[in-house]
Parts: sequence; structure tokens; C-alpha cells
Amino acid sequence: MNTRLFLSILFGMTCLLSPQAYAGEDGLSILTSRCATCHNLKGPAPTSLKALWQRKGPDLFYAGNKYRHDWLVTWLQKPVRIRPAGMFYRDHIKPGPKHDVVDESTLKPHLRLNKADAMAVADALMTLKAHSNLVASEKLTPAPSPIGEMMFDKIYGCMACHQIEPGFGGMSGPEAYTAGKRLQAPFMLSYIKNPQAWDPKIWMPNKHVPADNIQQLVNYLIDLSKEDFSDEQ
Amino acid sequence: MNNKVVAALPLLLALAPSLAMAESASDNYHTYCIQCHGMRGDGMGVNIRDMSVQPRDHTDAKAMGGRSDDEIFKVIKEGGLSISKSVLMPPWGSTFTDNEIHDLVKYLRTLCKCKHGG
Repeated sequence: MNTRLFLSILFGMTCLLSPQAYAGEDGLSILTSRCATCHNLKGPAPTSLKALWQRKGPDLFYAGNKYRHDWLVTWLQKPVRIRPAGMFYRDHIKPGPKHDVVDESTLKPHLRLNKADAMAVADALMTLKAHSNLVASEKLTPAPSPIGEMMFDKIYGCMACHQIEPGFGGMSGPEAYTAGKRLQAPFMLSYIKNPQAWDPKIWMPNKHVPADNIQQLVNYLIDLSKEDFSDEQ
Repeated sequence: MNNKVVAALPLLLALAPSLAMAESASDNYHTYCIQCHGMRGDGMGVNIRDMSVQPRDHTDAKAMGGRSDDEIFKVIKEGGLSISKSVLMPPWGSTFTDNEIHDLVKYLRTLCKCKHGG
């Protein structure tokens, strides 16, 4: 058998055995095979602390109502940590000389996807639309938010748990300075209004923020996310 | 089964999850409170570095003994502002049931090894 014929047969057999390798893997298949170990794709969110403690990554069963598609495509190709102390901060802290600190040795990098897979997964995530009722009536009115930062930092104390720039702010919640480009505005409006409606056992309290002030906070977060923090990371 | 019991069944079933999901004070404390109050309850949590006001040291018998159980219940449920303290202590009334908060008050008394006024 000459080399050319051998390679042709080998190629044909490979395609028959693994058609997806050449067609590009389906996003839902990737989610099921590579993501479901750490992410809940079907719901519901934990309703007990025991279940909460076992969660390894953010729930994705409402990803289509939470994340921005363009951010997903970018982040999945170059994932960076969003929660300074990991998914559940208690699993990743230790006593420090002055106060508790993040134990970096316990934090693992997120898997990285190639561009085609990232796009396929982002498309698939956008189809996961649980809790649509919570965002159906939420609408942001874009406007300047001159006191949004004061609200975030001082009036509602959100900065206690969220960073407003790299290395400044709390560690137990996801960073706030990327929220505006990461999350859909209706999701932010709804989540601030009632975090427990999305995630009953989450350690973010409901601060009973009036609707007008939630608008200010979300407009602030969107403006904040447009700042260039690349020098500080 | 009499009619009153049958009539109450939907209510009992509705309440069942919340009753079943009551968490222990220690578990609640080590899930929600230690992010600011610290793994050792000494106010040295992982979030405090950039805070303008340091969280209460729950092992401080003098400071904790200066607060009544009702005040501690109130500040957990309604937040720091409810007793004229820092906004950085949020209201946890949407996270804990009243019974869980009462249990947390008792748990805090074990951390400070103190009672109100003593």
C-alpha cells in the first residue's frame, strides 16, 4: 500500500469514528461533557448549606439570562479569576498575620477553550434561560450615575465584599469592576433587588435597595466596567 | 383524618421546606459571618483590608457584653444602621429565619463567653 492510499484510509476511518472532531463540537455537548462536573446546568440552585458548600462553580442553568454573550466568548478563551477567593470563599481562606487571607494554593485555573468551542459554548449558554420571570420586567434606563460610586461604597457598603478595582475592596464576592461588561443589565437589576430569588443560600444579603437606587448602582457598574484597569492587573 | 387537618395540609406542606432547611447557628456563622468577622470570630475576616470600619470582634467579652440579646438580634436581622452602627453590617433578614437569628445570638454568646451586662 502506498503512503497516499494509507493516509486516505486513515483519514476516512478517523472521520467515521469521530465525526465531531471534524465538524466542531456542539456547545451543549461540551457543556455536558466538560463543564457539568463543576457547574449546575439544570437547576435548581442549592437550598441547603450542605448543597451550597458542594458547589464548585457558578450555576449556569440561567446563564442566558445572566451573562453577556460577547463577554462569554472572550472569557472562555482567556479565563481569569472573577472571584478573588474562589467560588465559595470559605474553602480558600486561611488565617493571616493581620487578618484572614486568600490561600492561593487552593485556587485552580479554569479550563480554556479555543475560539470555535468558546463560541459554541457561549451560544449554548445563551439558551439556558431559567428564571426569565425575574428579568422580564427589569429595564435599565441608561443615565449618568454621579452618586453611584458613593452608593456602592458608602451607602450600601457593597465594597465590603466586592472589589471596585483590581486589589481594592472585598474578596468574598465577584469583582464589581467587570460586572458591567460581564452581566446583562436586567440580571443585575433583579439580582441586587433580591439575590435569594436567584440563589436562596447565597452569602450576598438583600439590602432592600429602592428601585431608583438600583438603577443608579447598575449604571455605575456599567460605567465602571468601561474604565481601563489593565495597568493595575 | 378530620377536616381541619385536611384543610391545614397545604399550609403545612408549604412550610415544610423552610422547616426542614433550618441550618445550625455554627453552619450559618461559618458560611455568612466569617467573611467579615473572621474564621476565629475576632473581626479579622478576609474582607476587612479596605473597610473603613472594622467588624465587631465576637470574642471581645466587654464589647459583646455591652449589647443585649435583643440588640444583637436586631442588628443581624436589620443591619448596622438599625442600632446606629456601620452600614457595612448588612441586614440578614432575607437570609435567616427569626429562629436562626435567635440561634445565632446564642452562638455569639458562646464565642464571647459573655452575657449582656456581665
